[in-house]
Amino acid sequence: MGKIRTPYLLLLPGFGFLFVFFILPILNLAQTSTQTPVGGGDTGQYEQTFRFQNYIDAFVENKEQFGRSFVYALIATLLALAISYPLAYAIAFKSGKYKNFFLVLVVAPFFTSFLLRTVAWKQILGEEGFVVPTLRNIGIISDSTTLTSTAFAVVMGMTYNFLPFMTLPLFASIDRIDPRTLEASGDLYANGFTTFRKVTLPLSMPGVVAGTLLTFIPAAGDYVNAAILGSPNTKMIGNVIESRYFKIVDYPTAAALSFTLMAAILILVTVYIRKAGTEELV
Amino acid sequence: MSFDASSARGDLILTRITKEYGDFKAVDDLSLTIPKGSFFALLGPSGCGKTTTLRMIAGLEEPTVGSIHLGQTDITTTKPYQRPINTVFQNYALFPHLTIFENIAFGLRRRGIKDVDAEVNKVLNLVELPHLAGRKPTQLSGGQQQRIALARAIVNRPALLLLDEPLGALDLKLRRQMQIELKWIQKEVGLTFVHVTHDQEEAMTMADTIAVMNEGKIEQMGSPADLYDDPETAFVANFLGQSNLIKGTISGNDGDSLIADVFGQKISLPKNRSHAVDNSIYVGIRPEKFRISLLNTPVNGNVLSGGRIEDVSYIGVSTQYQVEMPWGQELIVFEQNDDGVAPFNKGDAVNISWAPVFTFALRGDEDVTAGSEVNPEDLDEE
Repeated sequence: MGKIRTPYLLLLPGFGFLFVFFILPILNLAQTSTQTPVGGGDTGQYEQTFRFQNYIDAFVENKEQFGRSFVYALIATLLALAISYPLAYAIAFKSGKYKNFFLVLVVAPFFTSFLLRTVAWKQILGEEGFVVPTLRNIGIISDSTTLTSTAFAVVMGMTYNFLPFMTLPLFASIDRIDPRTLEASGDLYANGFTTFRKVTLPLSMPGVVAGTLLTFIPAAGDYVNAAILGSPNTKMIGNVIESRYFKIVDYPTAAALSFTLMAAILILVTVYIRKAGTEELV
Repeated sequence: MSFDASSARGDLILTRITKEYGDFKAVDDLSLTIPKGSFFALLGPSGCGKTTTLRMIAGLEEPTVGSIHLGQTDITTTKPYQRPINTVFQNYALFPHLTIFENIAFGLRRRGIKDVDAEVNKVLNLVELPHLAGRKPTQLSGGQQQRIALARAIVNRPALLLLDEPLGALDLKLRRQMQIELKWIQKEVGLTFVHVTHDQEEAMTMADTIAVMNEGKIEQMGSPADLYDDPETAFVANFLGQSNLIKGTISGNDGDSLIADVFGQKISLPKNRSHAVDNSIYVGIRPEKFRISLLNTPVNGNVLSGGRIEDVSYIGVSTQYQVEMPWGQELIVFEQNDDGVAPFNKGDAVNISWAPVFTFALRGDEDVTAGSEVNPEDLDEE
């Protein structure tokens, strides 16, 4: 009997932790999401009235920010994929003995605070940075165009901040590919592009799926990049939740928005994984 | 490349190929012609350059110097996918994400062949695994994967099929069986096979012609029997089977034979089997060519007397003796156990005799240990 119980006993601390710090808050949040202000009460006083209309009100009022969140997250994910794939491929196949060194470089940004790095981007893209004057000099942007407080800056910040989450799973997947299968593909009349399409990409799909999920999910809920690098016109749903919760003290709307975001991501991810499981994505 | 190499046919001709990696010459000024339709083996120890040679033929490496022709077509710089050459890789390199059917169909689809189903099924029947078409490679045993790798290559009917240690991962029994099957399939499909191996028995079982490679060069090339009976270098004499090499001096001439002095005893050997450049030689005799006799028994042919049996190992089909000669060398003798006579005993004083025709002679300045300290079974080609 003891032998059978041991694994469950070992799981107990984990379950306990998740119960206290995940299940209970979620239940609390669910409860909050259908509350309404107490008539004549102070700001921040709410009572349970099971008002599910909260969800519809919150969504209708913020559908623009919802849309923006998913569009930004999608663009950032695709950019990160485009940057990470060649990077992960090169580290896996071409870096030789420097493989670990390059992997450390990929993770190195994590040694500094997320916030600090995002603020640094504000300076890089600012009027005093070297990017804007350079682009103006070579005529890519006009003299009146700025880069800070734009959608461009927000998406760039997101792409940068989530890049390692894309690169590492991609690397793990590509590194596992036996280079001899690529040689075999060449030997069997496939040129470089066909080999990539028919062998490399399908074999790295687990990494592509993991990387895009690890990038897209936090990116869709992110508010730091939009807050620091954006403007009121680039507000994402994360910013709305943050301001509803901490500034306006409108807990029910913030909770309803959180659940709606969670559900939307869950649906998108489910559809995506289903598709990725088949060969439709390749 | 504007010209089309994919339809090239004919003999494979390597002309003065050298491949350097930094300071290291993996292949050193190698020239070689592999006739169309032959089963050709490149045999040698790990690091002798045989795999590099194969990879240059496949197009996976480019020679530093030299050219490769297939018939009249120069394919030296042609990409692998443009060559009518297919490879059975050492670890098979099957595509893990594709079914067995799609693995085999891969080359056909790339070339836009119409009747993929019929071609794949035909070759699946040839390797006797039609029931595995729907499986993935990881669901197959090593022997089955090996056959699928072969099927995936030959379905394209290449001008040349390259086999890179294809049987290395199989156990001994399966390996022997696959050797016979490979030989049969080669006859059946009539393709040119170029087989790289470090296993001399494997090369001798299958190949029409063997090129023995050592340090980036070809030591000797010929039929298995030629190489075994008349090795030209100590490396070949030791790497292909075992040899007794005894120091000697040529002391005379007798028609088609040479007379040699071996530690004071005279023996004769065929002139055309001497590869010596001067009078200093190594006399070579294969262990199974020796006969042992007690001192008072009359014997014909070459005789070396004064031996003493040092060690006796009974191996079933034969008995292996080590005989110490008066000059201190231990000779190896294999005697068939086919005459019902009890083996000789340790300590017996004996003579050793053999037919002169089985004698070969190597240059006296050879390193007699060349090729012998390498145990091919222990090495893994990377």
